[in-house]
Amino acid sequence: MWGNITLLEFLSLGREVPASRPWPRFVLDGKSWRQLVERMDAAEWVLLAEWGEPDEVHAALRDEETGDIAIASRSSPDRRFFAIGQVRPGAVRMERAIRDLWGLAPEGLEDQRPWLDHGRWGSRHPLASSPAPAAAEPYRYKFLAAEGDQLHQIPVGPVHAGIIEPGHFRFHAQGETVVRLEERLGYVHKGIVAAMTGKPVADAARIAARISGDSTVAYSLAFARAVEAALGCEAPPRAHWLRALMAEIERIANHLFDIGAICNDAAFAIMLSHMGVLRERLLKATESLFGHRFAMDRIVPGGVAVDIDEAGVEALRHVMRDVGKGFKKATALYHETPSLLDRTNGTGIVHGALAHRFGAGGFVGRASSRGHDARRVPGYAPYYTLDFMVPVRAEGDVNARIEVRIEEVRASLGLIEQILARLPDGPVRMALPSGAGEGIALVEGFRGEVIVWVRVSEAGTVTQVHAHDPSWFQWPLLEAAIEGNIVADFPLCNKSFNCSYSGHDL
Amino acid sequence: MTAILLQFAHILLVVALAPLVTGWVRLVKARLNGRCGPSPFQPYRDLYRLLQKEAVIAHSASWIFRAAPYVTFAAVWLAACIVPTFTTDLLLAPAADLIALVALLGLARFWTALAGMDVGTAFGGLGSSREMLIASLAEPAMLMVTFSLSLLSGSTSAAHIAAFVLSGGIGLSVSLGLALAAMVMVAIAENGRIPIDNPATHLELTMVHEAMVLEYSGRHLAMIEAAGMVRLTLFMALIGCLFMPWGMARPGADLAEIAIGLGAFLGKTFALGTVLALFETSIAKMRVFRYADFLGGALLLALLATIFHYVSEAV
Repeated sequence: MWGNITLLEFLSLGREVPASRPWPRFVLDGKSWRQLVERMDAAEWVLLAEWGEPDEVHAALRDEETGDIAIASRSSPDRRFFAIGQVRPGAVRMERAIRDLWGLAPEGLEDQRPWLDHGRWGSRHPLASSPAPAAAEPYRYKFLAAEGDQLHQIPVGPVHAGIIEPGHFRFHAQGETVVRLEERLGYVHKGIVAAMTGKPVADAARIAARISGDSTVAYSLAFARAVEAALGCEAPPRAHWLRALMAEIERIANHLFDIGAICNDAAFAIMLSHMGVLRERLLKATESLFGHRFAMDRIVPGGVAVDIDEAGVEALRHVMRDVGKGFKKATALYHETPSLLDRTNGTGIVHGALAHRFGAGGFVGRASSRGHDARRVPGYAPYYTLDFMVPVRAEGDVNARIEVRIEEVRASLGLIEQILARLPDGPVRMALPSGAGEGIALVEGFRGEVIVWVRVSEAGTVTQVHAHDPSWFQWPLLEAAIEGNIVADFPLCNKSFNCSYSGHDL
Repeated sequence: MTAILLQFAHILLVVALAPLVTGWVRLVKARLNGRCGPSPFQPYRDLYRLLQKEAVIAHSASWIFRAAPYVTFAAVWLAACIVPTFTTDLLLAPAADLIALVALLGLARFWTALAGMDVGTAFGGLGSSREMLIASLAEPAMLMVTFSLSLLSGSTSAAHIAAFVLSGGIGLSVSLGLALAAMVMVAIAENGRIPIDNPATHLELTMVHEAMVLEYSGRHLAMIEAAGMVRLTLFMALIGCLFMPWGMARPGADLAEIAIGLGAFLGKTFALGTVLALFETSIAKMRVFRYADFLGGALLLALLATIFHYVSEAV
């Protein structure tokens, strides 16, 4: 009935919201929202993120054919909306979370169980304009059943033996073979959205930096870019380059540690030792350069909080050369240890079709032939002028995820070399102009696309905000990856994904 | 009389030395991984600390859960008593042979596995089932090694085999080499070392031995840990006495010879510990369903040892 129509053409049926930058936002009524969802079933429109605010649901979409990004909003005074989860399985958990947080009911969703709300909060729908009274007692969560001969359940977590975040994993296994894995998360709810709402931009930026500690640079960067977009300003050029420098260091540091940790889970501890040494060198360099081991709070709306001098550049260049050499040796060790490769090859396969269906980004998507990278598409400064490759593999197993990370580390090492050589001069921070507006930013964190959407008021406070972690689309794939594998291989698979618990539980 | 004294010295030595051997392996592994590592005496402190702590017992635990640590430790210790370390002149040597050794270790394993299932946690059951899988493969291989050695030496007693090898009755033999390889593989499985099991892991889903004893604490855990340490020392002593008994004191030895035997035993044990640490650092843990390949290989090697023995006799 619509013929071949682009996303922007379709959305222009709705009312365009003024001052939404850099991509437009359209408010749809119930009927056209429903048509949008039905249309998504056939169209190549990728769901980037879905979130709520009191009486409104937003979905950030990208038209794969034209590359356009736009936000569709459904104002829902009747507190319900037609669920995108019916056509995009990756949206199911986000829509369950939208009901938990804002009390907006996803219609047509098969899975109506709560997601983040365990019935232990002080109120239900805490972000709605009028929250409901608290649940009388914690909910009894009904895990999906698996039926058959000799099936048994293995509950794991939420408290784990290692120093990792809390999450519950329910296995249905037949002997050693996993028949079904179901995750239950929501144990690290911190009320981030409520904490950021109403805060001055600078204070909110500090909270944004703490959404997921290992991606603090990515979140700070996304928040800063979103605020700058909302206010219609652009950070100075040198700030862009320093931001990219921090982001690439963060990417390398996380990949190094994860590669080591995956091998450690296969009882090959020496890899973790090697990688730990390299990572520590990076973190120490970051501390001496930016004053914080993880460069937390060093990216601020308007620029960056610290500048580096020529001696700093030289010192970092030296460290990166060493890290590059050490990394080469360590990866050779990985490739020359057959007992290790035997564990990672063919384990925890995510098929490319599934990665596309869920819109998984980062190394999880790229190891399963979905080669998206926010630094390329839509792209942002200074990556337009930098030369780097985005590795893609098709196997989708643990080894592919390791190989993609190895390639990404190499690419980031190359990026840092270019950044250090071409770092422009000039100021690193500017005063934010006053004004109001909405902004959205996509940046590539080490896990994938981190998205922040923010609405800023004239007074310079945050009135609405959402931060989307790439893990939303990766957690469900972990359930698929482990199916048919053996129970003992789960830690290996889980570590190769290393999804964020905190980032997807605001 | 000397046999009684030596037997007592031997019994005490094995238990006293076991934590140090474990500590040594851990230290070497830590050094190989670029860490300082704890003192090799740390396991003694750990055991002492565990003995001081109260034992927390699950409500669903039966008497089996309480008894298992003691039965396990007793069985492993008894098994250690019949494996000669520094002398072949042991009182208990004629009383029990390698087949009894396999039985005693099986008894210890049986009780640990029972205890793993007793509390009714998912991890305990998982560990017990994996342990039994390993046992069903490792025990035949171990018996096969025993048979081929007894064919060579005409006895199933460890002390006799050691004395026979010492007397030069065998010399360099293909059978002995194959049996050694099989024995090492069995020892790795029996002690839950990499690549079969990872004694240092915190990941419950990958554990074998640790999964069975997750519920233990305090003195019970101390007994289980001590049993594990004695078992490791036992296997090192076993490999030492069967395949390289050089330096061991023989019946009627004087003090100097006994001292040499003791020194040789310590040297062999710590050398084997170093080799174990090197091996464990250079290899990843294998998948659970590859256990059968690994231990099947051990059984095959032991079988080949027997066949080669007949072949060489025929020639």
